[in-house]
Amino acid sequence: MIRPVLVALGLAIGVSAVVAQSNPIAERKDAMKSVGAATREGAAIAKGEAPFDAAKVQGIFKVYSDAAKKVPALFPDNSKTGGETTAAPKVWDDQAGFKTAFAKFEADAAKGAAATDLASFRAAFGDATKNCGSCHEVYRIKK
Amino acid sequence: MRRLLITLLVFALAGIAGFFVLTDPRVVSPGPEIGTLPQPDVENGKLLFAAGGCASCHATPGQDDKTRLGGGLELGSPFGKFHVPNISPHTRDGIGNWGTADFIQAMAAGVSPAGQHLYPSFPYTSYRLMTPKALADLLAYIRTLPAVEGRAPPHELPFPFNIRRMVGGWKLLFFDGAPFKPDPTKSDEWNRGAYLVQGPGHCAECHSARNSLGAIVQATRYAGGPDPEGKGWVPNITQSEDGLGKWSKSEIAELLKSGFTPEFDSVGGSMAAVVRNTAQLPEADRLAMAEYLKSLPAVQGPPRPPKPAAGG
Repeated sequence: MIRPVLVALGLAIGVSAVVAQSNPIAERKDAMKSVGAATREGAAIAKGEAPFDAAKVQGIFKVYSDAAKKVPALFPDNSKTGGETTAAPKVWDDQAGFKTAFAKFEADAAKGAAATDLASFRAAFGDATKNCGSCHEVYRIKK
Repeated sequence: MRRLLITLLVFALAGIAGFFVLTDPRVVSPGPEIGTLPQPDVENGKLLFAAGGCASCHATPGQDDKTRLGGGLELGSPFGKFHVPNISPHTRDGIGNWGTADFIQAMAAGVSPAGQHLYPSFPYTSYRLMTPKALADLLAYIRTLPAVEGRAPPHELPFPFNIRRMVGGWKLLFFDGAPFKPDPTKSDEWNRGAYLVQGPGHCAECHSARNSLGAIVQATRYAGGPDPEGKGWVPNITQSEDGLGKWSKSEIAELLKSGFTPEFDSVGGSMAAVVRNTAQLPEADRLAMAEYLKSLPAVQGPPRPPKPAAGG
């Protein structure tokens, strides 16, 4: 009994993974969610609610730079609407600006990976997360 | 027959005369009593400038200096296109020639120094809650900012919205000119928050649905609705389940400071500009705004339009 269930479960996971890959809206949402989760950890450290941990901090900035590399390509022309997307038409009207914004995010994240103590982390984390608001302001509609 | 015509004519004339009297700015929205004002407090004016989000609409677009209030931003609406005016202290193109009384009349009564109605796209419907002293402080701060040359083009409004007198009728129906009255049964913090949210912060102007005449539907105030500028949906900020019901006071204050929601999503659209402004306020003011918002009863907003099929 257990085997068919496991097989079915495995298939379900496999199928949903394939669906996710062929669905840029879901994929970019997941990438943004991972950025949000990393920011939650970073904010806890910046506020002193969690101890400074160099490895953890590097992990946070790695999530940022991975997302910055991956996300710009997840806005093909056929993903302007649907899937409850909150992407603004400006993403497609101003592809150059959109990509530049992600390049800046990636560069700020790279600087942050070099943080060695709480003070330098706070400064770099602040700079990197400023990109969230400045990019959302232009390239995202209200939801 | 002739008598009937004359009677009708008399009624029509009386109606037109009545319209003109009732929509006269001095009748429908007289400015507040100013009295003697103390020396203006520029620091308080700077705080109100941030709380009021003046720069979000009036700063010249396409440049980074938010203290250059040359105007020119285009503001969409169901009634036509507004072009935000220059409110820098430039004497020809801005408000450099305005006296304190002129400024108070514009902010609290929606009437220009020339005696014309201002369109409520400029949220004097909220700003009128500020006292004459607070408004004088705000003007004193604006006068310290750079004078910027140039005027925005005139608004592009189709008939009949291009007749400013119509705004007089609108005010008659929807405009309450009373200043903020603190509620003595509530804490000082709550009252401070209520003042900031309702008055300078003018949160309800976006976070409420509007009727066909562009006035806020009072029953669903703060319960969100379609973005008046045309794209997306403005969230419910009452204590309802899909509003801020699950948010703590400190989480609301955090959003107003950093732009992050409790899930560490970062707010976008024009709320990003709002956060840039509220981030400049003292923490105590952000907490006061949160305290007030936590006290708003849960209200269900208008239903969202059906979602388009996923993946398309």
